[in-house]
Amino acid sequence: MIRSLLVRNIWDENQVLRQILGICSLLAVTNLVRNSLVMGLGLIFAVGLSSLTISYLRNYIPHRIRMIVQTLIIAAWVILFDLIIKAHLPEISRALGPYVGLIITNCIIMGRAEAFAQKNPPLASLLDGIFAGLGYMLVLVIIAVIRETMGFGTILGFNVNFLGLETWTIMVMPPAAFFLIGVLIWIVNIIMARQAAAGGGERG
Amino acid sequence: MGNAPQINPLVIFLASLFTSNMVLVNFLGMCSFISVSSEYDTASGLGKAVALVMVFTTTINWLIYHLLVVPFGLEYLRYLVFIVVIAATVQIIEMAMDRYLPDLHVRLGIFLPLITVNCAILGISLFMVIRSYSFWQTVLFGFGSGLGWWMAIAALAAIREKMAANRLPPGLQGPAITFIITGLMALAFVGFSGIFAVM
Repeated sequence: MIRSLLVRNIWDENQVLRQILGICSLLAVTNLVRNSLVMGLGLIFAVGLSSLTISYLRNYIPHRIRMIVQTLIIAAWVILFDLIIKAHLPEISRALGPYVGLIITNCIIMGRAEAFAQKNPPLASLLDGIFAGLGYMLVLVIIAVIRETMGFGTILGFNVNFLGLETWTIMVMPPAAFFLIGVLIWIVNIIMARQAAAGGGERG
Repeated sequence: MGNAPQINPLVIFLASLFTSNMVLVNFLGMCSFISVSSEYDTASGLGKAVALVMVFTTTINWLIYHLLVVPFGLEYLRYLVFIVVIAATVQIIEMAMDRYLPDLHVRLGIFLPLITVNCAILGISLFMVIRSYSFWQTVLFGFGSGLGWWMAIAALAAIREKMAANRLPPGLQGPAITFIITGLMALAFVGFSGIFAVM
């Protein structure tokens, strides 16, 4: 059960590549691997704990006002994360700027709350949230590695540009983020189509 | 970044429209930008609604932030305050529109609830705090960002309508090609970046 949750959230229904959710922050923070790691951890923290809380409270939240209640729960966890990184990683906190606060409106969290935490027990919801966050972080890191290597010639600040090649300024600018995510979605679509053809679509 | 007390609000307006366009440079409001941009009329309707809500919410958030949140030392609660203000403002605009501008309400109505969770709306309120804008700077920043968002989604939808008849590789259809088109639009907007030296 844990394994199927993991595979589904990271690959089959990857929030970013398959559902096209949570794109804003994904594109904005991926020019440095370090920022992406912190952002990914922040999302895992917020989505896991929000799903857990919402799942615990699922029988007490009136259905008509559930959106605003969920938003407030999410906002509370995000404030906590924001305070933690402000205290311990002030430099990264400054670099991420408003994007930490924007985790609140990250569609992934609301999506998991609506699609899973509302009708499932707390522990499963926590795991579902964490795995959805991992799927997001994975994409974040892949794009960040490509952008940082090609744009600055470094990974996590370490120089990997051994040949002394010219770096691509475009890679650290906004357009490259759009191109990379587009190409990544294309590649995943091709692999999915191949898998479906090979397995006769048995995985659904 | 940092303090911006001396920048002319008009410059901020033009900058938020072109050089730091909400979608194409700051990546805000992507979810609806990608998913609601396949038809021009719908996209333009959403764009108008977003622009309207943006002007109101940033103005109200500025007033609440500077008149209530800061004097009481509650800055760390600003996310919570902003999101509640946004949700409430959207609700009030919807009710007022239903009463006084029923035509517009019928046309924009379906988009209004969606806007509460549009990150561009929360995003510009957060930017306004980080850059410590004054009142008029904030108003024009909200107005410019809203128009910029509308312009971008309308342009993307127009391009996608033209492309609907093109034959693409199957995996590239839908979101993948939309991102690549957006990338090309963003590249074009980079061309504006020398004009206004703000941010």
